Amino acid sequence: MGVGIKVERLNAFYGKTQALFDINLTVLANHATALIGPSGCGKSTFIRCLNRMHETIPEARVEGTVHIGDLSVYNGTSATQLRRRVGMVFQKPNPFPTMSIYENVAAGLKLNGFRNRKQLDEIVEKSLRNSALFDEVKDSLHKKSGASLSGGQQQRLCIARALAVQPEVLLMDEPCSALDPISTGKIEELIFQLKEQYTIVIVTHNMQQAARVAEFTGFFLLGKMIEFDKTEKVFTNPSDKRTEDYVTGRFG
Amino acid sequence: MRTRFQQQMEELREKLLRMGGLAELAVDRACQAYTERDLTRCQLVLENESLINAAEREIDELAFDILATQQPAAVDLRFILAVTKINADLERVGDQAVNIAERVMDMIELPAVELPVDIARMAAAVSAMVRRALESFVEGKAELAQAVLEMDHVVDRMRDEAFIVLVRTMNEKPQVTQQALDALLVARNLERVADHATNISEDVIFWVLGADVRHHAQAASANPRPEGREA
Repeated sequence: MGVGIKVERLNAFYGKTQALFDINLTVLANHATALIGPSGCGKSTFIRCLNRMHETIPEARVEGTVHIGDLSVYNGTSATQLRRRVGMVFQKPNPFPTMSIYENVAAGLKLNGFRNRKQLDEIVEKSLRNSALFDEVKDSLHKKSGASLSGGQQQRLCIARALAVQPEVLLMDEPCSALDPISTGKIEELIFQLKEQYTIVIVTHNMQQAARVAEFTGFFLLGKMIEFDKTEKVFTNPSDKRTEDYVTGRFG
Repeated sequence: MRTRFQQQMEELREKLLRMGGLAELAVDRACQAYTERDLTRCQLVLENESLINAAEREIDELAFDILATQQPAAVDLRFILAVTKINADLERVGDQAVNIAERVMDMIELPAVELPVDIARMAAAVSAMVRRALESFVEGKAELAQAVLEMDHVVDRMRDEAFIVLVRTMNEKPQVTQQALDALLVARNLERVADHATNISEDVIFWVLGADVRHHAQAASANPRPEGREA
């Protein structure tokens, strides 16, 4: 099952440049939460703070607290420990190109020392089923490489890979921006189903996508979270003029 | 800025204003036709109806296109929903004007009689409601729309009073029953026009404030930002 996320007074920096300013946010467990905003507003930086990817950039640092369930992300938790509980899917599908479909999904578990073949088979199948890919690849699990799949299939493979380690939270950073509408539709349908088991945070440039898949939406601008509310409120009657200007396209 | 989108929204607004002008004119002409027993004005109302019907279709088509191609949100989405609903109400206003005109055409065939009801006063109140409802749309001001909602009670009372005195007249003077019945039906048509003006005002409040005030709910300010926005 998913767990909630609580972010308090989060500030993020790239060297001397501050990218996020005092972000406070509570993400409900087993819900999809979308983060929207113009390029450079800090939404991707924010999502990368949730699984400690931000600090992998030289001179980048984070202040504030993040709790994923009972886990304090920046206080006594190792990045490896954290990322077992927080999966991430990126803008461009990035399957391991030399590995088969099966190996791609099993990679995270094997890295963690998981060797039970029967259980591994079960988890790979379950993960591929949960990412709505199994039926399309079941006859070529070991024959085809991850890179041989279509873009939409590759992205679902990456989702399966993230699900295989049985995380509680799934972070998605513009997961459909490189996909065609059919593949996008499949991923969106998937998000809808996955939130029964996982807590999902999705960064998207596509506002209609946010409106379709998320129960809650946060609007970021210049490193600040301007508004956070139920998605239907944000898209029908936002409280802040800046949010309204953005969602109606009057921005810039 | 989404220039093409803004142009389409402006076009939609202008089309609805023209439609509003046609509906307002139809009501005014029908009311004048009643007070002056004027067949020419009745015919103008009937001719005007096809223009209103054509305008209704045009507005629906444009709103449909914008919804399908531009995916409007927030105040723009509320504006388009309000326009489509106002559009339907204006078309019904046109229908009521036609009903009044047809009633007047029947009345003209009968001898003129004095009836103890001031239809002209009721017509003036209803015309004012339609005019102000459209003004509230033009200005994008919820308080103008709210004022129209309050006028609806006045017109309801006028209709109730007209019913009482006209039914009494029918009982007391059976020879003018037909004329009294015509007047009663005109009063009912006018009251329905007032209801449409009320609906239009509620839609303007929904567009401007994001508040649903239908069915006599108070105009709670769901959005505390300043009013007077552009479409």
